Amino acid sequence: MSATISQNLLLTAALAPLVGAVAAGFFGRTIGRRGAHMVTILGVLLSFIVSAMVLKQVAIDGARFNATIYEWMVVGGLKMEIGFLVDGLTAMMMAVVTFVSLMVHIYTIGYMEDDDGYQRFFAYISLFTFSMLMLVMSNNFLQLFFGWEAVGLVSYLLIGFWFKKPTAIVANMKAFIVNRVGDFGFILGIGLIVAYAGTLNYAEAFAKGSDLSRIVFPGSDWMLITVACICLFIGAMGKSAQFPLHVWLPDSMEGPTPISALIHAATMVTAGIFMVARMSPLFELSDTALSFVLVIGAITALFMGFLGIIQNDIKRVVAYSTLSQLGYMTVALGASAYSVAVFHLMTHAFFKALLFLAAGSVIIGMHHDQDIRNMGGLRKHMRITWITSLVGSLALIGTPLFSGFYSKDSIIEAVHASHLPGAGFAYFAVVAGVFVTAFYSFRMYFLVFHGEERFHHKPYPGEHDPHEGDEPHHDATPHESPWVVTAPLILLAVPSAVIGYVTIQPMLFGDFFNGAIVNDIARHPAMQELASHFHTAGGMAMHSLQTVPLWLAVAGVVAAWWFYLKQPAIPAAIKARFEWVYRLLDNKYYMDWFNEHVLAAGARLTGLGLWKGGDVGLIDGALVNGSARAVGVVAQLTRRLQTGYLYFYALVMLLGLFGLMTWQLWPQVRRLFGL
Amino acid sequence: MAGTVTLSHFLSLGAILFALAVIGIFLNRRNLIVLLMAIELMLLAVNLNFVAFSHYLGDMDGQVFVFFILTVAAAESAIGLAILVVLFRNRESINVQELDSLKG
Repeated sequence: MSATISQNLLLTAALAPLVGAVAAGFFGRTIGRRGAHMVTILGVLLSFIVSAMVLKQVAIDGARFNATIYEWMVVGGLKMEIGFLVDGLTAMMMAVVTFVSLMVHIYTIGYMEDDDGYQRFFAYISLFTFSMLMLVMSNNFLQLFFGWEAVGLVSYLLIGFWFKKPTAIVANMKAFIVNRVGDFGFILGIGLIVAYAGTLNYAEAFAKGSDLSRIVFPGSDWMLITVACICLFIGAMGKSAQFPLHVWLPDSMEGPTPISALIHAATMVTAGIFMVARMSPLFELSDTALSFVLVIGAITALFMGFLGIIQNDIKRVVAYSTLSQLGYMTVALGASAYSVAVFHLMTHAFFKALLFLAAGSVIIGMHHDQDIRNMGGLRKHMRITWITSLVGSLALIGTPLFSGFYSKDSIIEAVHASHLPGAGFAYFAVVAGVFVTAFYSFRMYFLVFHGEERFHHKPYPGEHDPHEGDEPHHDATPHESPWVVTAPLILLAVPSAVIGYVTIQPMLFGDFFNGAIVNDIARHPAMQELASHFHTAGGMAMHSLQTVPLWLAVAGVVAAWWFYLKQPAIPAAIKARFEWVYRLLDNKYYMDWFNEHVLAAGARLTGLGLWKGGDVGLIDGALVNGSARAVGVVAQLTRRLQTGYLYFYALVMLLGLFGLMTWQLWPQVRRLFGL
Repeated sequence: MAGTVTLSHFLSLGAILFALAVIGIFLNRRNLIVLLMAIELMLLAVNLNFVAFSHYLGDMDGQVFVFFILTVAAAESAIGLAILVVLFRNRESINVQELDSLKG
């Protein structure tokens, strides 16, 4: 540990967006729309500059920071504090979060131009930036949980931003509730750590790791560390939308596109991945937990990709793509290649945010029609959007030299090198997923930007946008979006293309993550195998020509071109032939049906039962009214003693006195009668 | 000769008198004056007990206590009869069974 980072610098990074959020949120009407976006963008810009400085200090000067800023409560020896831990992992996350947030802030000026809730939106996205920064900069579980919940809250607020739209409200409730299920597991995991390690601080808990790994969970033969890690991962499953807690992410597309880019692609959903990477000292101790992570990630990666193939809403295609890529990151975590997972997190943040923002640009151009069947040939009318989309798509499918290639192929190699149970299935899933990813990505690309222009006659008029009826129906030809929209696209396209090539060597095979990520090489040799095969970034690109994934990606693109540009009759024919497959995919494997009719209905029935049986029947009926009635019954009986007759009272007095005296003098009575 | 009269004879007499008086209290349904008389009889029975004990144990305390009881009995008797007279003035009856306005 050579140098340390200034505490004030870190506080600035975290608090600048908060100041912006408060200003825009509470004084939005006073400072107006321009004021709101100026103050929030300033806040996030400041945060980004500081994050870049911190990144430089961490990467080049080797600086680290781990200290408590403020200890706000001590309960029986347990310290609750606000503290920052800044190392390679944190610095990278800070830079990514603030950069993407800045891009989204600028983009929003153009996208939410006509919206009434302009200032509110800026306040929310700034608040989100603050929450996410608190999450990644945290040095203890409690602050992590605070950030976790805060981003969930802001996500809820933003998904339901257009709160007058019923589908948006349903979606934000769904997101929050499913997240809650994950948080339940998360809290259990944190609780176990606190119970057995006695501390909330990361460093102290990790130091006790080897002790913890020897404890067996009482009452079973599960290892404690396995249970704790699985519980923590359940939290990640909720936040990072892994199967089966993925159901909220596609519905979150009800929110405005900028937040789909910021929250549901680049940052919030990656909080789970970040958390597992941060907890790598604990996860390395449990093979079972890693296997679990591996299998869940593999299922998500493959099966969510399938769902992306049949989506017709442009945002939903990208949403399922996000789900699938999150599955890839999870698989990398399971294979103990934490740095690869985080590397993919970074590259994915750039190209996925780019794809979402480009989709938003298309939506603006299409006057808020999101159905890709109504698009086509947009490359002639929206040049910048087209080129940046192409760059993003190429990065996504893993084209050599683009950023996505480096991260994705590293994942595939790492899974191949893993020997945990489930690694075989995971390898199959991630390799097959390459074809599926290429196929749905380029299906969307071709249908939107190439082919026949369908926006004049709109074969699928569907729901109308919230701004319907604003302007008279003039020429429906889309035109390019304003510079506030296209500049972020360009700025995001650059790292989507080059950042993989530039940073793979230092991040994966250098000492960038030293101290942050722990790897038990002996038991989990994936990273070592990767390092032994890697020579240069260029070499890796050349080598890929001899590997399967590249040609699968090419096959996917060719198949998409053939099915959707050359022979458009084929998809319809396949759909007719394999009707049941199409229905299964269209109903999202019936998971929503299950959640609605089994889980939700079951919960409602339980509520009804508890209400009618428990509350009305037991508490109101038996306990409250019942005790009143009991009092009445007893009173009716005792009433008979009040005859009103003097002689009766006198007799009772006598008898009572007699009884009392007998009771008091019982020993003497016994002696007297020889009992 | 049946035998000497001992303490137990007096105590039995006292007990019987007391019991008769108690029975008299609740078997009597018609006359309030009989109620008062029964109370007096109870007090008398107790007095008898006291005097018997005093004589057979040679202790004067018993007889002194009788003085107290007699005084109190007299006073209470007077009050009781006064209440009776006022009651009759208001209710026109001294039938115990008709005095049930405190019935719950």
